[in-house]
Amino acid sequence: MKLSLTKVVNGCRLGKIKNLGKAGDRTMDIPSCLLYTKTGSAPHLTHQTLHTIHGLPAMAQLTLSSLAEHHEALAEYKEGIGKFIGMPELLLYCSLHDPVSPCPAGYVTNKSVSVWGLGGRVEMTASKFMAIQQALQPDWFQCLSDGEVNCEEATSIKRARKSVDRSLLFLDNCLRLQEESEVLRRSAIIGVIEGGDVMEERLRSARETAKRPVGGFLLDGFQGNPATQETRLHLLSSVTAELPEDKPRLICGVSRPDEVLECIERGVDLFESFFPYQVTERGCALTFSFDYQPNPEETLLQQNGIQEEIKYVDQTKKIKTTSCNQEMTSFEINLKEKKYQEDFDPLVRGCSCYCCKNHTRAYIHHLLVTNELLAGVLLMMHNFEHYFGFFHSIREALKSDRLAQLKELIRRQAS
Amino acid sequence: MAATVSPTSLESAPRIMRLVAECSRSRARAGELRLPHGPVATPVFMPVGTQATMKGITAEQLDALGCRICLGNTYHLGLRPGPELIQKAHGLHGFMNWPHNLLTDSGGFQMVSLVSLSEVTEEGVRFRSPYDGDETLLSPEKSVEIQNALGSDIIMQLDDVVSSTVTGPRVEEAMYRSIRWLDRCIAAHQRPDKQNLFAIIQGGLDADLRTTCLEEMTKRDVPGFAIGGLSGGESKGQFWRMVALSTSRLPKDKPRYLMGVGYATDLVVCVALGCDMFDCVFPTRTARFGSALVPTGNLQLKKKQYEKDFRPIDNDCACPTCQKHSRAFLHALLHSDNTAALHHLTVHNIAYQLQLMSAVRASIVEKRFPDFVRDFMGTMYGDPTLCPTWATEALASVGITLS
Repeated sequence: MKLSLTKVVNGCRLGKIKNLGKAGDRTMDIPSCLLYTKTGSAPHLTHQTLHTIHGLPAMAQLTLSSLAEHHEALAEYKEGIGKFIGMPELLLYCSLHDPVSPCPAGYVTNKSVSVWGLGGRVEMTASKFMAIQQALQPDWFQCLSDGEVNCEEATSIKRARKSVDRSLLFLDNCLRLQEESEVLRRSAIIGVIEGGDVMEERLRSARETAKRPVGGFLLDGFQGNPATQETRLHLLSSVTAELPEDKPRLICGVSRPDEVLECIERGVDLFESFFPYQVTERGCALTFSFDYQPNPEETLLQQNGIQEEIKYVDQTKKIKTTSCNQEMTSFEINLKEKKYQEDFDPLVRGCSCYCCKNHTRAYIHHLLVTNELLAGVLLMMHNFEHYFGFFHSIREALKSDRLAQLKELIRRQAS
Repeated sequence: MAATVSPTSLESAPRIMRLVAECSRSRARAGELRLPHGPVATPVFMPVGTQATMKGITAEQLDALGCRICLGNTYHLGLRPGPELIQKAHGLHGFMNWPHNLLTDSGGFQMVSLVSLSEVTEEGVRFRSPYDGDETLLSPEKSVEIQNALGSDIIMQLDDVVSSTVTGPRVEEAMYRSIRWLDRCIAAHQRPDKQNLFAIIQGGLDADLRTTCLEEMTKRDVPGFAIGGLSGGESKGQFWRMVALSTSRLPKDKPRYLMGVGYATDLVVCVALGCDMFDCVFPTRTARFGSALVPTGNLQLKKKQYEKDFRPIDNDCACPTCQKHSRAFLHALLHSDNTAALHHLTVHNIAYQLQLMSAVRASIVEKRFPDFVRDFMGTMYGDPTLCPTWATEALASVGITLS
C-alpha cells in the first residue's frame, strides 16, 4: 500500500492510500472513517439495506472480540472473513476490541491478551492470535497489545512502561510469526501506540513502533472525558509528530464529530464510526449541520433551529444493548419525544438517505414507541449516511481550505 | 371435481377477482385480485405487519420480494398511533409508505388472544388497553370507522370470535352476532368504492352453524369472504372439514380468504380445498427465533450443527439472504446481539412463502397442480405415506391421492 498526501493544512492530512486489498487495486481517502460492524455485519443492516447508504467507507472495522469465538469455523471455511460475512467488496480492518463495549480490566499478561465475546473470554497468546488472523485474513489488523492503560486515569509510570514494553514484545512476536506464513503476509499489521498519559512512554512507544515494518499505527488510549481533553490532545500531537508521514494513523474510541476534528488537526487519518450506532441505540437521529458554506438565509434558519432544540437526556427509556449509556449529544434529536408524534418532515430536510427519502419523523416516533425493529434499521441507515456525509465534508473543506469554517460550525453545535 | 353447489352471487357487488385457471381435479383456483393499489395474483400469502411495519424489513425490501399485499392490525393501530394521526399521514399507505395493497383485520381476533382484557356484548367488544389501562369499545361501527381512516384496500368486518376449542351455546351466539355485526359494518362503511369489506364466516366446528352462517352471509352484498374462527386449537381433522364445507358454499367468483393459516402444508392443502388468500404471523415470527423455512421443514440455525455449514439456507432460493450468506454465518450472527440476523431470516422466510405460492399458482395454471402437491408432500415428508393423515384425507376429498 502507498499513502500519498495531497496537502497538509494546520496539521490536517488530506490524501489517499492506494494499492490496497488483496489485488492491490483499491483506494481509500483520508481522513476517513471505517464502517462499524458487530459480528461482521453493520448493526441492524443486511447487505440490501447497507448498500442503500450513500458514501459507504471503503474499509469496514471488524472486532476480534465478536469474531474470535468463531475462529474454528473460519479456519475450516478457509476463504477469509470478508467472504464469510458477505462483504468481499470492502477492505477490512480487524481491531482487538469493540469500542462500544469496554472490556474488563486485569486480563493482560506478559504472554496473552483477552478479548470478550458474547460467549465469554477468549485468551490469546501471540501464536493463537496470529492463528486467528490467519483464519480471518483481513487486510489490516491491530496487533496484539496491552491497552489497559489510557489517558483517563493517572497512570503509574511503571504501568505505562509495562504497556509499552508488552506491546512491543507482542509486536515483535507477531511480526516474526507473520514472516513464517504466506497467508499472513498478505495482511498488514497495525502497530499500537501505548503509554497512558506518560509523555516519555508515549514517545518511546511511537519511536520504537515506527522502527518496525508495520502497515500503520493505532493510537490507543486517547479516548476519555472532556476533563482530560487538553492533556490528551497535547499527548496526541507529540505522538503523531514522531510517526512517519507515509503510513496511516488510526485512532480508537474517538467518534464524536467535534473530537474527530480535533484529532484530524493533530495528524490522525482514520476513525471508527461507532458514534452513529450509539445515537441509533438511544432512539436518536443525527441532525447536526456540516454544510459550512450554506446560503445566508439557510444559516439563519439553521441557527434558529439549533437554538430551539432542547437538549436533555431521555431517562425514561432503558437502552437495550451494552454500553450505550452515553448521554445524548447536541448533534442529534430524540425521536421518542412527543413533539415528533405528528411531525411529517423527514429526519433531516435535504438528506438523501433511504429513511429521509421515504419516511417521516412521525413514523420513526411510532416505531420507537411500539418497540418495532424497523426503528433501528431506519435510524442506522440515516445516522451512517449523515456521518459519512460529515467525513466527506471534512475532505471537501480541506481541499478548499475551509476547515476553519467547518470547525466553527461544529463547535457551535457541540456542547 | 368434488360435487358442490356454489350459489350464484345474488348481488351486484363489483367483482374484484378474476379466475385465470381452475384445477380440473381439486377445487384449487388461480386468479387475480383487482385492488385499488394494484393487481394481486392468487393464491396469495399475505405477510403480517401488525403495527405498520414488516418487522425489521423495509418497504423496499418487501416490494423487492414480490409482496403486493400485506396486513395491518386495526386493534393495535387504533391504539398506537391512532386513526386521526394516520389519516393526517394520508392513510396507512402514506404512514408506512407502502405503495401496494393493505388488508386490515378488524380487531376481532384480539378478542380471543387478549381475552383477559376484553368483554363482549351486543354493542361491541370492550377492551382494557394494556398500555394505559384505558377502556375502549370496539363496535362494528368503530372498527369500520378506524379502517376507513386507515384506508386499507381490504377491510374486515368485526366478527364475534370465539376460540375454536369453545363449545356450547356461545358458539351459536357468536355466529348469529357476527351476521348482525356484518350488517352493521356494511351500513357503517363510508368508502365502498375505495375499500373492499369482507365478511367473515363463523360457526366454530359445528357444521350446521357454519352452514347457516354461510347461507346468511352469502346473501350480503360483499366483494369477498373470509373463513374465520379456525386456525386456533382445533384438531386438523376438524379444521379441514370446516374449510372444505366453507369453500363448497362460497361463491366461485369471489375470493376466499382463510385467516391465520401459514404453515406450508396447510397452505397447499387449503389451496386444494379452494382457498385463495392466506395470512399468518408464523413465518415472520419464527424468523425472529432463528428458524429458517425450507421445503423439508425448517432449520433451527442457532443449533451447533450449523456452525460450519457453509451452504445457503436453500440452494434453490432466490432471496438476498440465500444469495449472499451461508448457514454458518447466520448461525454466528444469531449468536450475537446484532438484529441483522433476524432481518436476514425474515427476508428469507417471506421469500419462501411467496415463492411457494408462486409455484402453487404456476402449477394450477399449467394444469399440473395434483403432481405439484405430490412432489411437495414427498419433499416435505420424505414419503407420501408419511404425510399427516388429515392432509391425506383432505386432499383425497377433493380428488388428489398421494401415493
